Amino acid sequence: MRSVTVVERGLAVKNALHIVPDKCTGCMQCELACSWVQTGTFAPSKSLIRVSVFDEEASYAPFTCLQCDEAWCMNACPVNAIAMDPATGAKVVVDSLCIGCHLCTIACPFGTVFTLPQSGKAAKCDLCAGQPACAAACPTQAIVFGESTRTGQWLTPWSTKVHRNHVEAFGG
Amino acid sequence: MPEPTGKLLRVDLTVGRITVEEIRPDWRRDYLGGRGLAARYLLEELDPHVDPLSAENKLIFATGPLTGTPVPCGARYMVVTKGALTDAITTSNSGGHWGPELRFAGYEMVILEGRAPAPCYLLICDDRVELRDAAHFWGRPVGATEDGLRRELGIPGLRVACIGPAGEKLVRFACIMNDKHRAAGRSGVGAVMGSKNLKAIAVRGTGGVSLADPAAFMKAVWTMRARMQDNPGRISFTELGTAATIDMTQAFGGLPTRNFLEGQFEHYENLNGTTIKETRMVANKACFACTIACGRVTRLGEHAGKYLVNTHPRNWKPAGEGPEYENAWALGADVGVGDLDAVLKANWLCNDLGMDPISMGASLAAAMELYERGVITDAQVERPLRFGSADALVRMVEATAYREGFGNEIAEGSKRMGAKFLHPEVFMGVKGQEFPAYDPRGFQGMGIAYATCNRGACHLRAWTPGFETSGNRDPHTPAGKSEWVVHEQNRTTAHDNTGTCLFTGASGGALETLVPCTAAARGVPYSIDDFVKIGERTWNVERLFNLAAGLTKADDTLPRRLLKEPHKSGPSAGVVVDLDAMLPVYYRERGWSVEGVPRREKLAELGLASA
Repeated sequence: MRSVTVVERGLAVKNALHIVPDKCTGCMQCELACSWVQTGTFAPSKSLIRVSVFDEEASYAPFTCLQCDEAWCMNACPVNAIAMDPATGAKVVVDSLCIGCHLCTIACPFGTVFTLPQSGKAAKCDLCAGQPACAAACPTQAIVFGESTRTGQWLTPWSTKVHRNHVEAFGG
Repeated sequence: MPEPTGKLLRVDLTVGRITVEEIRPDWRRDYLGGRGLAARYLLEELDPHVDPLSAENKLIFATGPLTGTPVPCGARYMVVTKGALTDAITTSNSGGHWGPELRFAGYEMVILEGRAPAPCYLLICDDRVELRDAAHFWGRPVGATEDGLRRELGIPGLRVACIGPAGEKLVRFACIMNDKHRAAGRSGVGAVMGSKNLKAIAVRGTGGVSLADPAAFMKAVWTMRARMQDNPGRISFTELGTAATIDMTQAFGGLPTRNFLEGQFEHYENLNGTTIKETRMVANKACFACTIACGRVTRLGEHAGKYLVNTHPRNWKPAGEGPEYENAWALGADVGVGDLDAVLKANWLCNDLGMDPISMGASLAAAMELYERGVITDAQVERPLRFGSADALVRMVEATAYREGFGNEIAEGSKRMGAKFLHPEVFMGVKGQEFPAYDPRGFQGMGIAYATCNRGACHLRAWTPGFETSGNRDPHTPAGKSEWVVHEQNRTTAHDNTGTCLFTGASGGALETLVPCTAAARGVPYSIDDFVKIGERTWNVERLFNLAAGLTKADDTLPRRLLKEPHKSGPSAGVVVDLDAMLPVYYRERGWSVEGVPRREKLAELGLASA
């Protein structure tokens, strides 16, 4: 685990992962890359980015930590084991401090903090110190690392499309 | 780091005994994995004379060294057994996510033996492996089986390979389906699974794949990905899918139409990649680790009323995947149907009921020829089996899977059906297996590739049209084709053994790029020559099995129609397959006798003297 200095809370990330579900083909290259960088094995079950598969809708949605400005995982942690990487603004679990209480996994509104089965400690996306492996591995540019001001822009067209599909299928 | 070892799971279905063994390291090194390794086990352990549908037959699922790794398209597993359609060794390949999941669970191979006393399924969840009752899943289609297993087990990330009603009914070209739409399709591996009373294998693996030298491995992977990124083959697969091939085969008069009676199809534009993309496609879909994503998720057209897959819109939007080139041909041109919605529906039914669309379409085309010639009459069939009848197509797919009415005859495959009605000439295939979608009168090389393929007619063991139509070569002459087919069969076989998709080869990721990946994964300094040798060794193992099973030179042949009856019009008019010129050259190139038996020196050279 790389060393991280704890700085004041609430700073925004400079660059973030932009995810475009419409471009995703469900190939899991991001999960393989993440598990390789984070755990040293090729094991999608240990990935910190997960592709949600909706077969009936023919859609795939990679999803990982949004690096919230006001991170609930950080606020929930009783031992300050989640710190911010000053270089990237990513919220990072400090392994030596984590006591494995799981509070952060409950606090996260998006379910993107995981526990590692071997150590019982928390694990979450740390933006790979500014060079996210998932974005590099994605063959279709469904995951792009770029300026954080646009994070979440995909949500509006996405939810519009899902709503349209729902109306088509069920008649509103 | 030393070469990691591999484990195999051996399941005796008769008594319910499950054991874990280490894979023989020498074979693992000599065959890499997948197809070759499983074929070697089959040759060693199985009496080649067994009835494929008896309890004595063995069913092997095998992954390769690159399955479950980030190598582009490292998603494949191979099903190896004695085929129900061919009575020869079969090696049936599938992608999706099931094979990688098996490796994440810690196993490279599964060997299934015996016959379960009652319908059951195998659950593999890391170290937890058990046989469970499947009575409540018996009879269910593929989609409902997978959904049902997910509900019953509640294990997140579960992957399912299963058979549909066709496999249960022992349809001779039934598939094993995984991830609902991916198929180990050919030669009736699904019927073998059905004969064992095994409905499904559900897998969840939470471990990882460990490699000998991961850093060197990732470097080799990125080299391969860089080569594939801007390759025109890769772009065509992504943009238009496999169905783009229809334009090419049509142009050379090599698109077999109406049971190979013609070489071009007048409605081919209804079925090609552009039409599918523009009118029916919803999204690309990739198999595990695939950077191509040739899979098409499709839906039926707006006015496809009577072909609706399911009356509830939720279930037909999208309708499923495909059709791929082969399926668009078999369920389209070969039966003379130019209605894309009917083809889509038939394709979807084949997937959900667990049948090989190639043999299904080709067997129906043979039945249609019998009907058109008056050999079978209206009294024998529930509706007229006229070429071009979309209605007959969709209905007969269903009837065949459930063996209803005349479907019971089609379910035996066109060789057995043709023999029963005393017209064996309507069978268009080799060793009992129907041809895929390349007319050897349009592409001579496919003639020798089909005739010599160990699992019956197959386009995936040596694909010649690309070679034959490039440079100054003439696809209508036999010169030089045998040599190239031997070369290509060896390379393709090694490619199969690695557990990666053959489409990487046509997308800039040739065998040369896989060698460093495999070498780093295994920690063995393989060279390209080693790979070619591995391919040749595998090919000879399969040949030895077939010879022991009673196949001879007489089985390395083509139907009379291809050898004597040329097309009357089109670019391939007047051409027949000159097999007599190509076969002796092929045997010589292989180092086999004039009777097609591997010579002792050849076997010694390949380290097979004791086999």
